[in-house]
Amino acid sequence: MQYLQSRIALEEPEPDNPFAARAAYCSGYDVYGEMLGRATWADMTYLLFRGEAPSPAQAAALDILAVALGNAGPRDSAVHAAMCAGVGGSVAAASLMAALAVGSGSLGGSREVALAMQAWRDCKTDLGAWQRRWASPPREPVGVWLPAEHPVGFDPHGVSTATPIKQTLARLAALDPHSRCAWLLAHLVEMERAAGHPLAMTGVAAAALTDLGLSPAAGEMLYLLLRLPGAAAHALEQAEVGHKRFPFYELKLEEAARPGPTAGATEGGDT
Amino acid sequence: MKGPELLRACVGRIRSRVGAVFPTSHAIFRGKNLHAELGDAGWLDLYLFGITGRRFSAPQLRLLEAVWTYTSYPDSRIWNNRVAALAGSTRSTGNLGMTAALAVSEARIYGQGPGYRAIEFLVRLRVHLDAGGALGAMVDQELAERGSVAGYGRPVNSGKDERIEPLLALARSLGLADGPHLKLAFSVEEYLAAAGHRQLRMNYAAFIAGLSADIGLSPRDHYYFLIPVFLAGMVPCYLDATQRSEGSLLPLPCDGVAYVGPSKRTWPRPERAGVNRSDASGR
Repeated sequence: MQYLQSRIALEEPEPDNPFAARAAYCSGYDVYGEMLGRATWADMTYLLFRGEAPSPAQAAALDILAVALGNAGPRDSAVHAAMCAGVGGSVAAASLMAALAVGSGSLGGSREVALAMQAWRDCKTDLGAWQRRWASPPREPVGVWLPAEHPVGFDPHGVSTATPIKQTLARLAALDPHSRCAWLLAHLVEMERAAGHPLAMTGVAAAALTDLGLSPAAGEMLYLLLRLPGAAAHALEQAEVGHKRFPFYELKLEEAARPGPTAGATEGGDT
Repeated sequence: MKGPELLRACVGRIRSRVGAVFPTSHAIFRGKNLHAELGDAGWLDLYLFGITGRRFSAPQLRLLEAVWTYTSYPDSRIWNNRVAALAGSTRSTGNLGMTAALAVSEARIYGQGPGYRAIEFLVRLRVHLDAGGALGAMVDQELAERGSVAGYGRPVNSGKDERIEPLLALARSLGLADGPHLKLAFSVEEYLAAAGHRQLRMNYAAFIAGLSADIGLSPRDHYYFLIPVFLAGMVPCYLDATQRSEGSLLPLPCDGVAYVGPSKRTWPRPERAGVNRSDASGR
């Protein structure tokens, strides 16, 4: 028999069925016998990603992040993608898969968070290192990803730091004066000047997830997860509202395509 | 324009250079009337036209289609196919199973990851050689920086890649086996073997990278061309699983997982306020 290996999951079978668990342990803790009623969602998530129970401050940070990222709102491209699935009556998983795919890139997505976490790993709380990084960003490894087109963690279209970004960062910074979030809040003006753009929520998330001890790969994954509730809710909402009230928008054909009239539509169709 | 001004100019309208449908009338696909001008195109022809804006010859299309065909393995052990099969076993939908399996195919050690890196490396290598560089130096650098050369060696078997010979035979029959990138792909294999890396035999990724580059696909073109490369093998995996007892694909008993984590320990927090404690153990 071949075995899977795990440092996370231990399951003990019911006496009458080796395929049914009598007890399930997560990193040594009895999930159903002991954690239920004592642990929060943030506790469980932190335990899964780090292998240890979080401190109260760590659990609070994860809760703050979960609320801040929980709904990016219908203007967000990942949520828009989920709504496209919802409004057309796609299956539920398609809404979340759409949100995951569109929310995984280097503009506002999990790729941006992972790259920003790599920057935190390299630059730490050294303002000079950050300034050098933004003056001459490192080349990304060759791969399937399109290269980031702006300093990761900052908003390429922003003018000033948006209020929710500041509010989220301030809440996280208040938990620990020695955290990266606290340092970022204290050096926000210099960091934004060096990056040439205002801080984005991805930048806050990258700092907070690094403070939580996550690797860039783990932070990338958790960021994807934390943004799903809003995508799901908005997909369900648009399914109820219906496609006739979901904008189809206009489309203007440009050069390289045959010149012609604007292909506009005010109602949904079978396209 | 930049910032909010740029975004404001884009509100409510998609600008497109690739096409649109004009309901009740016609559809434009990269400047051509889809039904009138492209109606005779095969699907792969259209797919490549959509990627590149160019049309390819019949022999080139035949070879590129074979690139897909020759790696269509309905083997449910392979990780991406296993996702398709697991979707069938759990009675998910075919579309979800396939799209998940296609997403999984964009892996670091197989599929689109090496597929892209292999052609990028070959194209870069050719530029390097044209500039007077040495093949060995660049291969050594690749090995030093990444620990591998994309397209050489296989994750589960270091023997010869069974797909190469038949596809090479087809490429020869079509007159498409003599291009510079394909020759380079073989030269890299020879260099690796001579340097003692006999386990790093050329695999399908490097081979098809050479073929694609010689046909004129850029690394990004090749990557997009490869998106459905495994699809034909996935659907049968899904179907086979749907035709067997639900949940019977690779069931794992509790002792099928070797636990290597921390010993059992006590959760450090007390009962949360407001949680009913009356006989909640369930045991």
